Amino acid sequence: MKTLAEAKSKLPLFIFLTPILLWLILLIVLPHLDLLRMSFRIENDYGDMVWSVNNYLEFFREPIYWLTFTRTALYAIIVTFLTLCISLPVAFYITKVAPPKFKGFLSLLLLMPFWVSELVRIYGWMILLRESGVVNHFLLRWGVLRQPVEMLYNDVAMTMGLVYTSMLFMVVPLLSVLDSLDDSLIEAAFDLGSSMITIVWKIIIPHAMPGIASGSIVVFMLSLGNYLTPNLMGGKNSLWFTEQIYNQFIASFNWNQGSAFGFLLLIISSLIIFVGLKLTKQKLSGVIQ
Amino acid sequence: MKEKVLSLMVAGVFMLGLGSGVHAETLELLTWKGYAPKSLVEKFEKETGITVKTTFSNNEEMIAKLRATRGAGFDLAQPSQDRISSVQEKFNIYQPIDYTKIDATLIVPSMLEAVKKNTMVDGKSYGVPHVYGTSGLIVNKKVAPDAADYAALLDPKYEGRVSYRLKRPTLIAMAFAEGKDPFALYNDAEAYTALMESIGQKLIDAKGLVKTYWTNGDALLQSMRSGEVNVAMAWDNGGWKLNAENPDIDFIAPKSGALGWIDTFAIPAKAKNVDAAYKWINFMMQPENAAVFTNAEKYGTASAGAIEFYDEAVKANFQRSFSQADVDNIKWYPPVPAKLEAIEGKILDKVKAAQ
Repeated sequence: MKTLAEAKSKLPLFIFLTPILLWLILLIVLPHLDLLRMSFRIENDYGDMVWSVNNYLEFFREPIYWLTFTRTALYAIIVTFLTLCISLPVAFYITKVAPPKFKGFLSLLLLMPFWVSELVRIYGWMILLRESGVVNHFLLRWGVLRQPVEMLYNDVAMTMGLVYTSMLFMVVPLLSVLDSLDDSLIEAAFDLGSSMITIVWKIIIPHAMPGIASGSIVVFMLSLGNYLTPNLMGGKNSLWFTEQIYNQFIASFNWNQGSAFGFLLLIISSLIIFVGLKLTKQKLSGVIQ
Repeated sequence: MKEKVLSLMVAGVFMLGLGSGVHAETLELLTWKGYAPKSLVEKFEKETGITVKTTFSNNEEMIAKLRATRGAGFDLAQPSQDRISSVQEKFNIYQPIDYTKIDATLIVPSMLEAVKKNTMVDGKSYGVPHVYGTSGLIVNKKVAPDAADYAALLDPKYEGRVSYRLKRPTLIAMAFAEGKDPFALYNDAEAYTALMESIGQKLIDAKGLVKTYWTNGDALLQSMRSGEVNVAMAWDNGGWKLNAENPDIDFIAPKSGALGWIDTFAIPAKAKNVDAAYKWINFMMQPENAAVFTNAEKYGTASAGAIEFYDEAVKANFQRSFSQADVDNIKWYPPVPAKLEAIEGKILDKVKAAQ
């Protein structure tokens, strides 16, 4: 009798858990296991598939692959840092400086660009920045430039596109941590004669650290895994690691190499985040709260 | 009680799913952009009652999509004829064409024979020709009057005004421009790799001249319209479309030979509605329908007799860009052996990564 009652009380739990479990297992765990298996298979000279770690070794053997990865990771770190530099003042303004009744409105403004898809946003930037684009048109008309300048298809444009795309994901966690910062701490610091820089460095940043860390993780991962922005705005010089995975799958028909790259991306980016957390003395459990 | 509600809900979901399956017969078409004009789709739906669902793709993605599902999910695909046999041998994603179900009188015989031969695996053929065209140069003749061959893409004169795709046709075109014949090396992987590496190095050296490597045909046309790009390697129909807007811009058959391709109809291995696929093939090859397509998209069609229904401007395009010598000089792609794609892929990656 007791067991029946127990089973009954657990039924709703199972009902609610099943979709999530199915989702996780069928759509995430199983495909990844298959990819993992695939990444350890290669085709030998006779056209048969055999087990091997060659796909992983290839990454370190061929400079173009690890150089592309290094480049991608470095740019993702730069993007994360720039996003932080822009988002911190924005978040501070919204939580502490702006009148309370505008807070919701300002957050909504931040959210607005995300109502359209990333592709549309990127094409918008392309229309603005291209040689025959809007910005060039006005610069020429106002006499700032004599010749139109190509502002697209370089690393600066790409970085800007990535910062723009990921800003929201930095601002939102910062808003919530800064909200809990007691204003009187800042007032007291001012009363005691400390400068703005000291306040930012000694009070605001230490307090916001969990938010900074979680925002940075999200922005870093999004930039590292981005495909559209580097491809469309970076143009001819911007081989991104994700594009290399795509090329392996689509252009070279080498799914095995592609899945090995996918796992390397997962492992190395997790390592970078781990190092980042250690350096800033944060705990993952504290950050994801 | 709870269980009853739940099972009712589950049943409801199933019935909804079944219901939508029973009602309308559909044709899942995996094709290139522009290959299924809206007017023709509507006409077909009216004639047969079959709903056409189109997915736009390119050669590489078509293969990847069908490979992922082992040939399921689509009733008809449109790969190029040279990309069928090796893919079929390796991944078995298509089913043989039943040529008795196709009205052969609708198709130019020489093309049908060529495609049958090139898509043959173990004595069975897998393709029906649909569209043909060439890759060559689109040039703004006002700014670049001497661009006549692929070498113009590497010419410092046009610095910053050059664009091409970072795909295998570019490598092959550059090899022809050097006087080599890459198709003759298709079965000699070592010599082919050496040739392609030297071409890759050339592209890296000339990278500074490139505006951008285009990936989207419409985006390229936009850059040429606005004068951002003056010399590009692209498909003939793009040049002809631009020529209608601006007579300075036109498609040119390069001296060392335009690259000729034929896109086909091929039926995926696990196609659900094979009958509809054959209906669509026969429908698209009807001369009047094929001409509607060609008049809109400017591509040539393998439909016999469609030429009678061509617009004058479309006929003129071909005559303007191709002399008889140019036609004889078209390099038609032979079937691509397996593994070449991997060689080319790595070289193209290197070009893209070079600074």
